[in-house]
Amino acid sequence: MLTRIFALLMVVFLAAPAMAQDGPLRLTITDGVIEPLPFAIPAFAAETAGAEQLAQDITRLAAQDLTNTGLFREIPASAFISTPAGFGASLQFADWRAINAQAVIRGAVAVNGEQVTVKFRLYDVFTGEEMGEGLQFAGTQQGWRRMAHKVADAAYSRITGEGGYFDSRVVFVAESGPKDDRQKRLAIMDYDGANLQYLTDSSTIVLAPRFSASGDRVLYTSYESGFPRINVLDVASVGRQQVNTAPGEMAFSPRFSRDASRVIYSLTNGGNTDLYITEIASGQHTRLTEAPSIETSPSFSPDGTQIVFESDRSGSPQLYIMPVGGGEPRRISSGDGRYGTPVWSPRGDLIAFTKQNAGRFHIGVMRTDGSEERLLTASPLDEGPTWSPNGRVLMFTRETLGASGTSTLYTTDVGGLNLRAVPVEGGASDAAWGPLQP
Amino acid sequence: MTFTTKALVVLLALATTACTRPDRFGGADGADGMAGADAAATAGAGALGDAGDPSSPQYFSQTIGDRVLFGLDSIALTAEGQRTLDGQAQWLLTNSDYLAIIEGHADEIGTREYNIGLGSRRSNAVREYLVSKGVPSNRLRTISYGKERPIEVCSDESCYSRNRRAVTVISVGSMS
Repeated sequence: MLTRIFALLMVVFLAAPAMAQDGPLRLTITDGVIEPLPFAIPAFAAETAGAEQLAQDITRLAAQDLTNTGLFREIPASAFISTPAGFGASLQFADWRAINAQAVIRGAVAVNGEQVTVKFRLYDVFTGEEMGEGLQFAGTQQGWRRMAHKVADAAYSRITGEGGYFDSRVVFVAESGPKDDRQKRLAIMDYDGANLQYLTDSSTIVLAPRFSASGDRVLYTSYESGFPRINVLDVASVGRQQVNTAPGEMAFSPRFSRDASRVIYSLTNGGNTDLYITEIASGQHTRLTEAPSIETSPSFSPDGTQIVFESDRSGSPQLYIMPVGGGEPRRISSGDGRYGTPVWSPRGDLIAFTKQNAGRFHIGVMRTDGSEERLLTASPLDEGPTWSPNGRVLMFTRETLGASGTSTLYTTDVGGLNLRAVPVEGGASDAAWGPLQP
Repeated sequence: MTFTTKALVVLLALATTACTRPDRFGGADGADGMAGADAAATAGAGALGDAGDPSSPQYFSQTIGDRVLFGLDSIALTAEGQRTLDGQAQWLLTNSDYLAIIEGHADEIGTREYNIGLGSRRSNAVREYLVSKGVPSNRLRTISYGKERPIEVCSDESCYSRNRRAVTVISVGSMS
């Protein structure tokens, strides 16, 4: 019997009953993989002469996006009983049922000069029906990877009912050189490590970039002036300028408000670090915390009304939530160890964080009231989680110890499964995952 | 007087050569310290003043000691650290043409942004101590590098204890 709904994750908060095979194909993501959903993706048809290689590349990349989630398993072409003659030809569903394909993705690629057109269709094998309408994407030959990601996003989204995350970019700090002379540059890449582009040179320390919600600008900390200051960089032009913060010895840890009209950051005066908000247009500053402790690493809730941040006011770094308009911070972390770098999930339900306990570092998640803490990773030095646009995957920095220690970006799903290194040449740290691209 | 002028020229030259690393100020630690020593040697013997000249920045960093170390998660000054800072204060009061930038550092066991805050506590602890000994606060600036500039690269306490430091870097020019 085919299980029509794959309860992919061990159920923690959502009961996802495995239902019988009536109803459309739906893979419910909850909290831990039981069985990846088998799918087939026959090589996309080349609709113009010379499009064969591109069609093949796009097919492979879309398949890779899906299988790398750990939620899907590709059935190899060698197992296919029949292959569709062309994009328009009808599918022999019995042949796909026989090899246990739950979904079939079909596509076609046409090239006209620089322009590339990709057509996409998704089929539910059991019902023998198309899932959603066919889609068509247009782009350039150079931007072919984005079209493959869009195909995979559409398939992922239709099968899971959730937003995709493949056609997205990551801003991060590219590292080179030995540990005691580390060179750092701001860089941007596709979520899978492709199309890396440097945004700054390595003449000064840069730290902890963060995208605006639309992904057009990046805030980061730079030592360019000799002291830590906040810069804003326009991604398209790579032009950058310093943000005028409230007066202080150092300003760092900046993040945009949801509408990118304000910047929240840490400001240090006399050795004391507190949180401030500056409205970019008016230059008006508001002090959010006033305590002799370190307050840093703020993150806005998706609705923009609250922030979660790190403070050592209790004697060790812990996580706190407070209203953006001011008010008493409420501590949410309660386990053993030290907590830092909280990041509010784009879905609003979870806070991801770095935890340091008993000589180990962990990336973890907890609910916004601090309950249901779960540690997803463990290593000598993990830190700095960032959420995928759909709130299902976390990217973070893992640093190896010792003289030859280097930083690498990894991803894990929110269930703590499917740990993967992001392939980047050289060291990489401080990732911030941007939005799904339009 | 002639000597002071020479020293300033050399320091400025060092500052210029350090332009590929504008986040450093005269570089008193790690590879920069080595580069500085090399530059001083090639610039002519005694131009910076050798470490035997009590009014030289070299004397400050090598004989008096330009750094104090801290315990895990601590900003407390040890007795040894206080002795070093007493010497720094006396030197700064005697050599009043110089300014100082106090760099705070943390070990690698901590998150990046928190460690910047922690390093600033350390640099501020040193500044407050020097001010308490009479050094005018307008001759002192603080900065934190968090865990970004380790001088020791191993991953155990023998290195961490040397990376948890505040380094007083002698500088010239006006404080903005």
